[in-house]
Amino acid sequence: MNSDHVGLLTVRVWRGREEGRFETYRVPARANQTVLDVVTEVQRSQEPALAYRFACRVGVCGSCAMTVNDRPRWTCRTHVARVREEGILTIEPLRNMPRIKDLACDLTPFFEKWQKAGGRHVATASRRDPLQKIDPRSKPRLAASAAIECINCAVCYSACDVVSWNAGYLGPAALNRAWTLVNDARHGARHETLDRAFADGGCASCHSQGNCTRHCPVELSPSESIAGLKRSALFGAPKLREPA
Amino acid sequence: MHPLRGHRSYLAFLGHRLSGLALAVFLPCHFLALGLALEGAEALDRFLIFAELPLVKAAEWGLVVLLALHLFFGLRVLALEFTPWPSRTDPRLAWIVPGGAAALVVGLVFLVQVV
Repeated sequence: MNSDHVGLLTVRVWRGREEGRFETYRVPARANQTVLDVVTEVQRSQEPALAYRFACRVGVCGSCAMTVNDRPRWTCRTHVARVREEGILTIEPLRNMPRIKDLACDLTPFFEKWQKAGGRHVATASRRDPLQKIDPRSKPRLAASAAIECINCAVCYSACDVVSWNAGYLGPAALNRAWTLVNDARHGARHETLDRAFADGGCASCHSQGNCTRHCPVELSPSESIAGLKRSALFGAPKLREPA
Repeated sequence: MHPLRGHRSYLAFLGHRLSGLALAVFLPCHFLALGLALEGAEALDRFLIFAELPLVKAAEWGLVVLLALHLFFGLRVLALEFTPWPSRTDPRLAWIVPGGAAALVVGLVFLVQVV
């Protein structure tokens, strides 16, 4: 490690599964240090058995989300200077999902709910068909595009209180995904997706608390997508028009 | 408050839901009081004298404010669920503080009429 550090940073890291404890480590505080850098430094220099998850380190893959000082964040793009409180970082796994070990949690229920919300794309054409023309300025396409860049990090799912109160609630990410498909002219099961998104545990369970939108690291708005689903469930799916 | 929840949208949710719960608890008592009229004027008059006590009047003011808060925050919920948003990340946040202020104004009007 470089010796470019300016003092020490105290890091409290969750060790164990549902039952466990916080272990305290001291690591060099460095300029431009991300929370993921800190976790990696702890794992490499002090606690080789520490379990955590990451892949791309650049905010694309959505693997490294953890709870940092009580709020879910993508740790590879979260600078320590922005989130430490009195020089202390407290790092836990995401909430609302079973814990596997230390900072890694099991995302199975999160992705199962994507399926339950009708999040699987159903093709209406094969690769031999001509490309389907989509008007990029049409209202449904704009709505889909505004919500499409989800990186599946589960930060919104972890931030949502309704998920923690109601285990059957599909959660913001799955419903956001459903909303993109309801607006996608190439999706062959738009009405089925809408029905699933409005079924028990679906969009009607959202209390519009807004934790998801406030915490989404890529600044999507699952709250708005869910509001769109609620409107569509009452007034019908968005009307699709052929491009001129 | 937990850092996860310390934002306007969540506070509006709390205000709307908790005021709704308080009103739900109040309504059976309200109907019970009205029902006293069926038992004769004496029973109702006894309750009305009780209702004039300062503490009960203060509670009544609280109920009026809660009712107004529930109304204004409920209008915001309807707006954010049924109308397009000003921007993707703005669930009518600008309605929250004026909604709370309007509820206090209603409370003030009640206070002026009572005192």
